[in-house]
Amino acid sequence: MKTEKAKSAGGKSIWQLRLYVAGHTPKSMTALTNLKSICEEHLHGIYELEVVDLIKQPQLASGDQIFAIPTLVRRLPSPVKKIIGDLSNTERVLVGLDVRPA
Amino acid sequence: MIEKSPTGIKGLDDIMCGGLPKGRTSLICGNAGCGKTIMAMEFVARGALEFKEPGVFMSFEENQADLEKNFRSMGFDLKSLIARKLLNIDYVYIERSEIEETGHYDLDGLFIRLEHAIKSIGAKRVVLDTLEVLFSGLKDAAILRAEVRRLFRWLKEKRVTAVVTGERGDQFLTRYGLEEYVADCVILLDLRVTEQIATRRLRVVKYRGSSHTPDETPFLIDSNGISVLPLSSLTLDHTVDRQRISTGVERLDRMLGGKGYYRTSSVLVSGSAGSGKSSLAASFARSVCLKGERCLYFAFEESASQIMRNMASIGIKLEPLVNKGLLQFHAIRPTRHGLEMHLVSMHEQVRKFKPDVVVIDPISNLIAAGTVMEAKSMLTRLIDFLKTMGITGLFTDLVHAGAPSESTNEEISSLIDTWIALRDTEVQGERNRTLHVIKSRGMSHSNQVREFLLTDSGIELLDVYLGPSGVLTGSARASQEAREKAEAALGVRQQARRRRESAQKRQALEEQIRGLRHEFEQSEAAERELREQEETLGKRTVQNRALLAHLRQADASEQDRQGKNKSNNEN
Repeated sequence: MKTEKAKSAGGKSIWQLRLYVAGHTPKSMTALTNLKSICEEHLHGIYELEVVDLIKQPQLASGDQIFAIPTLVRRLPSPVKKIIGDLSNTERVLVGLDVRPA
Repeated sequence: MIEKSPTGIKGLDDIMCGGLPKGRTSLICGNAGCGKTIMAMEFVARGALEFKEPGVFMSFEENQADLEKNFRSMGFDLKSLIARKLLNIDYVYIERSEIEETGHYDLDGLFIRLEHAIKSIGAKRVVLDTLEVLFSGLKDAAILRAEVRRLFRWLKEKRVTAVVTGERGDQFLTRYGLEEYVADCVILLDLRVTEQIATRRLRVVKYRGSSHTPDETPFLIDSNGISVLPLSSLTLDHTVDRQRISTGVERLDRMLGGKGYYRTSSVLVSGSAGSGKSSLAASFARSVCLKGERCLYFAFEESASQIMRNMASIGIKLEPLVNKGLLQFHAIRPTRHGLEMHLVSMHEQVRKFKPDVVVIDPISNLIAAGTVMEAKSMLTRLIDFLKTMGITGLFTDLVHAGAPSESTNEEISSLIDTWIALRDTEVQGERNRTLHVIKSRGMSHSNQVREFLLTDSGIELLDVYLGPSGVLTGSARASQEAREKAEAALGVRQQARRRRESAQKRQALEEQIRGLRHEFEQSEAAERELREQEETLGKRTVQNRALLAHLRQADASEQDRQGKNKSNNEN
């Protein structure tokens, strides 16, 4: 499990994100790269990102109801949001994460 | 021959000649509520219980708790199966509104979960129920199609026997054309409602590399899960019994070759309302139970207590037999279930009670629960079932007044071995019951009509009188009987007189003979006397001659000759 953390600055709520991948496939790598750049740009300092490789930890798939790969799960703030795909469309990712209103 | 993986569902394996194709994927499709999930779950649950094949149930619609609850009512303890590592339920929750799609993805998550579940229990069977939720939950149809195709390939590589369920579509078998991907075996389930009674049917649409029954087959879902009742299992190779079983009416036994019905045969008692069908059935049931055998009585018209009360009134006491556990009643309104349900519940009762004899009173009421065709098909299967179980069946059939007694509603006569017809005959303002044997296979039987009486001590059969106006029964028979008795008495008197007369005549003749004989003897005696007189006279003549010769001094030695000559000369 790879965990990258960025602590929040000044009491703002933390965005807890988890990206599910299955090995180092191109799709997974693309998704991770896309996600990182989006987070750095829009959620700088207020997000936690956890990457779960289901090849290594298949038992974790059912907990977050994962069926597609890659899947990004916003665990916090609630409600839980899911975005599937390689996150290549930044606009849709932001809408999906509720960072920006649709 | 391809290898089969039995479902363990009663009857379904018969239709599919052994089961689903082993190591391949089968599709079960049908409308909502037609039993897809139940059939799929039974496949894994029975696989685990009966064939030691653990299974994975991946559910897209119901969660584990719901499944456990639903299947507990059908006698499956999924919780214990899961605890014993024979079953793994994985609930996949997909909600379109909660999912945003952006860019490429695949269903590796699903594959990983499935593989993990399979590995964790060493599963041999897999169910995906229903995969189509993916199509309604996700937008990218192109990705989905490719992934579903990959999934089926993957399942094949894993060498698991898989079942995929799918909703019935308008144009295709399934709404999203899953049948395109599943090439090996497709089963279609259907729920049809005719006249407010629902009947479930299934059909094996396709089964590559295997023979199967292509017909629609009714099936049912009850507290034991699914039961399929194939028509095709009808075979005519049940063993025939030579043993006989008493009808419970001594005179009727005599009409049937002296011994009653054949064991394991099917007996039909037809007749109009009130002609005594139930009484005959009850007599049979009683006689069977009195011999210590078991009888199961399905009543579709009266309640058990009503039957017992009514039969007690004609001396057929059933209650003690029920108390002994030899006789069991099942009274149920025929319209309560569909025919299939009846058939299955009968199967169940028969299996549970293990009777020697089954009575169904009356079968005609079953038509109320279906069409005539369905009733016939159901009865065919029922009779066949009883025969293969070695059970003697007696069915009563209500014939509507006015209809010819030889036409039974269900036209099941060809299935029947012994057919007894009861009839009401109306003569001189009274109705009387008659009985005759229409047919009885494999035995010589009486072709005579008997009068059928319900007395205080059960059923009695009497000879009928044939008068100039036909068969005489009831009071007509009684008066005929009296008349004949009177005539007979008269005859006796006349005969005695004649006998007396002839005796007298004989006596007179004998007197006469005696007199004649006396007369005859007298005349004979007289004749004898006469003859004696003549002889004495002759002798005297000779003596006189000899004396004469002596007197003439003839030679003594030549006395005779000379005397003769002399007498000749003298003459």
